[in-house]
Amino acid sequence: MATAMNEHLAPGEPVDLLSKFDPIIHTRETLLAAGVEDPFNLVMEQVLSPTRAVCNGRDTILLGTYNYMGMTFDPDVIAAGQAAMQDFGAGTTGSRVLNGTFRDHRDVEVALREFYAMDHAMVFSTGYQANLGIISTLAGKGDYIILDIDSHASIWDGCKMGDAEVVPFKHNDIEALEKRLKRVPEGAGKLVVLEGVYSMMGDVAPLKEMVRIAKQNGAMVLVDEAHSMGFIGQHGRGVAEEQGVIDDVDFIIGTFSKSVGTVGGFCVSNHPKFEVLRLVCRPYVFTAALPPAVMASSATSIRKLMHGGNKRTHLWENSRTLHGGLKALGFQLGTDTPQSAIIAVIMPDLEKGAMMWEALLKEGLYVNLARPPATPAGMTLLRCSLCAEHTAEQVQTILGMFERAGKAIGII
Amino acid sequence: MNSAQVDERIRTLIEPFNKKGIAVEDATTFAGDLEFDSLTVMDFVAAIEDEFDIIISMNQQAEIETWGQLVAAVHTLQDS
Repeated sequence: MATAMNEHLAPGEPVDLLSKFDPIIHTRETLLAAGVEDPFNLVMEQVLSPTRAVCNGRDTILLGTYNYMGMTFDPDVIAAGQAAMQDFGAGTTGSRVLNGTFRDHRDVEVALREFYAMDHAMVFSTGYQANLGIISTLAGKGDYIILDIDSHASIWDGCKMGDAEVVPFKHNDIEALEKRLKRVPEGAGKLVVLEGVYSMMGDVAPLKEMVRIAKQNGAMVLVDEAHSMGFIGQHGRGVAEEQGVIDDVDFIIGTFSKSVGTVGGFCVSNHPKFEVLRLVCRPYVFTAALPPAVMASSATSIRKLMHGGNKRTHLWENSRTLHGGLKALGFQLGTDTPQSAIIAVIMPDLEKGAMMWEALLKEGLYVNLARPPATPAGMTLLRCSLCAEHTAEQVQTILGMFERAGKAIGII
Repeated sequence: MNSAQVDERIRTLIEPFNKKGIAVEDATTFAGDLEFDSLTVMDFVAAIEDEFDIIISMNQQAEIETWGQLVAAVHTLQDS
């Protein structure tokens, strides 16, 4: 749509392609002019543990890293990576389908097949690329993608890249999904895309009903379980496992940059033709494979997560304590009950949110400041993600920090 | 249903979303004149989809900027 931004230009004068971002530049300058530390330019000078770092010169508790299971400093995970780097070098310098598949790329895919008890696993360089690649390759021109309106950016980008017809439905609304599925023209391919845990509010999807409805209407189902791996479901396979529908899910997307503690993305599936995707999925083919150290660390971490029962229990204790504590202090939260390891604290507006974020940072606490367009309904959120390595004492310290900062800023 | 009837039906549906009571004509734009944000668009589109039992995919929505284009698109969709 036409905008008025460049109307003052004389004819023939070049258009500055960055002018369209002027409103964002302006918002950011206003925020920083108010004296707030830049929420999107934080530097961790030292990382002391999965839950502590020196941020902008301060010893800080980390409560916004998605490092759910604290695997980043696991000695076995580090040792596996060190050995692989020593033996296989620093990088792959190549695509998975050419010279970029080393022993440990294969091994991490074996580890994923064991973890999910599925026939096939395909590893991408990031979780973003896993969604981008799988969705765009599965659903092409003439196919229909029916997806939740609050889906992650990587899902939307995958939809756009594949050129399918994109049909969103209201967040977690079972009836809205069903109505849209029934209206898809006869004979068209259908892919329903859902997430187990939605990362902005930390709420869980009603997968049991949604997967059933998708199957009844002849659709294939893809579930992004990025924020559930390792601690939701009996084997840590995610919300689909927890709700008893994992066998009806055609594709599960996941990431290594959360519970696994490294970087990378993946898709697991039982589809008999799954392996052909390695040849036709462009974000898999046309990018370099992850370094061997990352693959070896990831494989070790995934296998350890299969036996992480005690850590899981403690993570859930932390989530319940923080959720209950923040609620008792009078903060408005994204969910009534703790549904995941994400707790979203709703801020009145961006200005107050930025002030609260900074007050917490000065207390020695890091959380994510999330704002539109990443957030639903134009909300500003302080998003907290817990770690199994947070001690019970740390959680109490965190609550004290929230209380002092919240009173100082006037939110509670 | 002819084009005028489609127009009339959608006119009822847009009322709760047209908070400033802007006069809606064929050339009225949703983003510019009516100041619809993405959430309003989603709710408004859902209301039309349910009323006419059709799908207006995001790809089709991207082509619709004005009231007149919307009425024409819905008219075509409900016939197909």
